[in-house]
Amino acid sequence: MIADFGNILLFLIHGALFVALSLFVAKLIRPHRPNAEKLMTYECGEVPIGSARVQFNNRFYIIGLMFLIFEVEILLLFPWVMVFQDIGWFAFWAMFVFVFLIFIGFAYELGKGHLQWDIPRPVVPKYVEGVGVVDDYPAKEPASSEPALDEPALQTGVNR
Amino acid sequence: MAEAEVNSYVVLGAALFMLLNSAAICVYAERRIASFIQNRIGPNRVGPLGLFQPLADVVKLLLKEDVTPVQGFRTIHTIAPMIPVVTALLTVAVIPFGDGIYVTDINAGVLYLLAAASLGVYGVTLAGWASNSKYSLLGGLRAAAQMVSYELPLGMALASVVIFVGSLSVVDVAVAQENWWFVFLNPLGAVIFIIAAFAESNRTPFDLVEAEQELVGGFHTEYSSMKFGMFFLAEYMHVVINSMLITTFFFGSYHLPFAGYWLPEMSTTAKAILDITVFTGKTAFFIFLFIWVRWTIPRFKFNQVMSLGWSRLLPLSILNFIVIAAILFAINA
Repeated sequence: MIADFGNILLFLIHGALFVALSLFVAKLIRPHRPNAEKLMTYECGEVPIGSARVQFNNRFYIIGLMFLIFEVEILLLFPWVMVFQDIGWFAFWAMFVFVFLIFIGFAYELGKGHLQWDIPRPVVPKYVEGVGVVDDYPAKEPASSEPALDEPALQTGVNR
Repeated sequence: MAEAEVNSYVVLGAALFMLLNSAAICVYAERRIASFIQNRIGPNRVGPLGLFQPLADVVKLLLKEDVTPVQGFRTIHTIAPMIPVVTALLTVAVIPFGDGIYVTDINAGVLYLLAAASLGVYGVTLAGWASNSKYSLLGGLRAAAQMVSYELPLGMALASVVIFVGSLSVVDVAVAQENWWFVFLNPLGAVIFIIAAFAESNRTPFDLVEAEQELVGGFHTEYSSMKFGMFFLAEYMHVVINSMLITTFFFGSYHLPFAGYWLPEMSTTAKAILDITVFTGKTAFFIFLFIWVRWTIPRFKFNQVMSLGWSRLLPLSILNFIVIAAILFAINA
């Protein structure tokens, strides 16, 4: 058994050696003529503005957390898969409940929109007679409402 | 015993050699097939039919000046390109190429494959972060989120295969497909696995990581010379390895379809040659599929990639797993 993993270690050593060797050979034969412009971070030819260590969308973080939970779930499924033929229906329902519980959390995240990457539609407050101010999504505009000549853009064009 | 050990070292050497060369052949095949799909000629100058083009590419990469941005994190910037190549090489250790032709047979092979596959994320993400470029950072983050998301359906699809075998050894998975390939028993799992494999190897339609129209070069914007070459090599090695995995887990590994029913007894040598030919042929087909899809289907948007992974593939793969488990229970009970 240990010898089997020894072969994997051989693969690891060979891989690391191959990579290190080719990088080293490249280092020996390639030219090295740096200047300030070359060593600058690429930003479409402009002088880069600020550092790239900026705040980024925290959805990436939520994805990471979700991944952790599900990966552990999958890893727990594997030993069960190995022996499930021997332990019968009780094992099936136990695993079903386990998967279902995690699935509830997943459905909650999905419903909350944490896994939704689309740009949210703007919420516009609207005054409704007798009710007060309500948050409402903008209603869709009718397909053909007014004649084209009455549009303000065209009128300014005429005036100029 | 001694003979078996010698045998496994021969396979080890052959596997390493084959994988590194197949990446080079894959680069040539990609450019050539791409040009045929787009009604061009493609590289045909270097050697007969342009076959030495990969060699010329390597020489060019070796001779290019290496530029490391001064604002970046130098050490991680150097280490990052090594990670995907080494992990890609590690993966091939447990894949059987024929009846009794494998480097090593560990009893946790499937878990090992999952582990080695997820290590590749580090290379891309660290490269993106260490470059200290905005394009690289976005590319690296996208890579992390995407590869992590598609690893879940990949793992569930693997679990729905292992359930038929009852063993985590990859060799046992291959042997179990002598009569029925798992693609016939578990077609939905096969589709999910293939889609997830495309996303894991960052190929079109999932190559958001290096979407050149919006991110220049993505995570390897700041890489040049042989360090870029390493990422390039790793990409094609991942294509080869994912083709091998699709073949091994769903398309019968080294078995011809329903081979157990009709294939006559053969001598060891003849069987070995047949096995390796069949395995290589299937792998070559899936490599072709990778290239074909790349030059036929446009790239997804990132929100589409994410919603496909989380709200379609993941519930579908869990459902697929539970249904298969229930059916197997019902049959056995």
